[in-house]
Amino acid sequence: MAVLRDEVVPIRAAADVVLVRQVVREWAIKQGFGLVDQTKIVTAASELARNTLDYGGGGSLRLEALDEGVRRGLRLTFEDHGPGIPDLDLALKDGYTTGGGMGLGLSGSRRLMNEFEIDSRVGEGTRVTVTRWK
Amino acid sequence: MERIPILRMGRYLLVTIQVDMHDRLAMTLQDDLTNRIVETGATGVLIDISSLEIVDSFIGRILGNVAAMSRVLDAETVVVGMQPAVAITLVELGLSLTGVRTALSVERGMELLRASQEAHLEESADGRTAG
Amino acid sequence: MQGNGNQMLIQVLSERQSELLAEWMAALTTGSIRRDDLMKEAELRGQCGDFLRMLRDAVQSGNVTNVMAPEWADVRELLSSISRSRTLQGFSPREVATFVFSLKKPLFNQLHHALENDTRQLFDELATASDLLDNLGLWTTEAYQKVREEVIRRQQEELLELSTPVVKLWDGVLALPIIGTLDSSRTQTVMEALLQKIVDTGSEVAIIDITGVPTVDTLTAQHLLKTVTAARLMGADCIISGIRPQIAQTIVHLGVELGDVVTKATLADAFVLALRRTGASVVRTAGRPGSEK
Repeated sequence: MAVLRDEVVPIRAAADVVLVRQVVREWAIKQGFGLVDQTKIVTAASELARNTLDYGGGGSLRLEALDEGVRRGLRLTFEDHGPGIPDLDLALKDGYTTGGGMGLGLSGSRRLMNEFEIDSRVGEGTRVTVTRWK
Repeated sequence: MERIPILRMGRYLLVTIQVDMHDRLAMTLQDDLTNRIVETGATGVLIDISSLEIVDSFIGRILGNVAAMSRVLDAETVVVGMQPAVAITLVELGLSLTGVRTALSVERGMELLRASQEAHLEESADGRTAG
Repeated sequence: MQGNGNQMLIQVLSERQSELLAEWMAALTTGSIRRDDLMKEAELRGQCGDFLRMLRDAVQSGNVTNVMAPEWADVRELLSSISRSRTLQGFSPREVATFVFSLKKPLFNQLHHALENDTRQLFDELATASDLLDNLGLWTTEAYQKVREEVIRRQQEELLELSTPVVKLWDGVLALPIIGTLDSSRTQTVMEALLQKIVDTGSEVAIIDITGVPTVDTLTAQHLLKTVTAARLMGADCIISGIRPQIAQTIVHLGVELGDVVTKATLADAFVLALRRTGASVVRTAGRPGSEK
């Protein structure tokens, strides 16, 4: 599998969440995704970017355009060095909120993308990797 | 600071969201709307999202909040013009937007508001005569 | 065998470009391979020249065996685009691959010329050259197949659109009669089209008729339900009609929850309901036209 391009976008302020949406949209269009798929990818990115900012204390997004010969994809990796998630199972449950809400962020993004991976350690940080294939 | 303009149309308020809002802008809108409803005594709020290409859970929550708050203030909220791609994504996301009424366009939204207000008036009238 | 069976090959490709081009063109423009109807000689010469130049650049990297490596990216791209344009122009797969294979003879001739007195070396170099061109020829064939698949897929999409039209039954009432089995991707495409039509026509009621659908699986049922939910989010309502007894059984069997989705046995019933929803009504006037008097 080849990574055609990759880029890192810092997520440090609310305006960055808007920027993430724009950049992800551009990359999705470039990889050839249709409108509905674009919307799903950008929405998932918006959720995860917000989590990174609000719960992770800020972090970054790495975009990777993938090419596996038969199919193309877009992989997004959100990383922060925040408090981490103590109970992953609970956080992945629909509608779970820690008073103000991670809510649908994680479980929703998982549904919107084809692949979903999460690695979180308390006191160290969280990394969420999602991929959508064309 | 930028704000999303709120237009007044008779007893209704109309908001057209055309920019990709960052969180603070959305929350400011929520506050502004609540204030305006009280100021004007509006009985209906129309939120036009036909230009919104992305509605995530945060925006969804804002819409839900506006609907709930306006109801407390005796006004009805209708969200209009949702794009198909957005609707499909919201369903997948699992966001139900319960308590938020929707319509295909501003015109339809206003019809909906008028119809529900008439029904509302009838109810009050009956209530009184039943005495 | 690295560095042994390719020195002369690299040299020949670097120094004998014009000879190779001449011989190759000669081979391509004679007899059975000639396709004047599809390509002019000037264009062909351009393609051959480009390929030879890129071939020279690629082998100079030292790697003459692995054509999938980065050094060969430019060559691969050129072959892909040549293959693509020829496919679209109407060349057969054999003709497209022959573009590369017909370079073998000229290349072998040049190698023989250079290594007349060293049969051992000549043999190694010929083997390397042959393998190289075989790999590149196969690459062009694969590229050809990809283009064909794209064409077929596009045709399928068009067929899909034609076979599931969204029709306007009345002001504000749309109908989507689905015929045939619904697979996952077809359902998605159809549903997106329906939602878009709802917006375009401003219709508040959409009747999805599945009389013509023999079977429904869980995934399809879920897609149908998702569509209804999405339409509702937009401000429209869906009625599902034409549910056959078998499908009704499957739905119950699969445990699919229809919730508050309205279903009607026939399209006609659904239409009456739709009219009522949009505030219209049908009135039969007294006295049929043409009867009595």
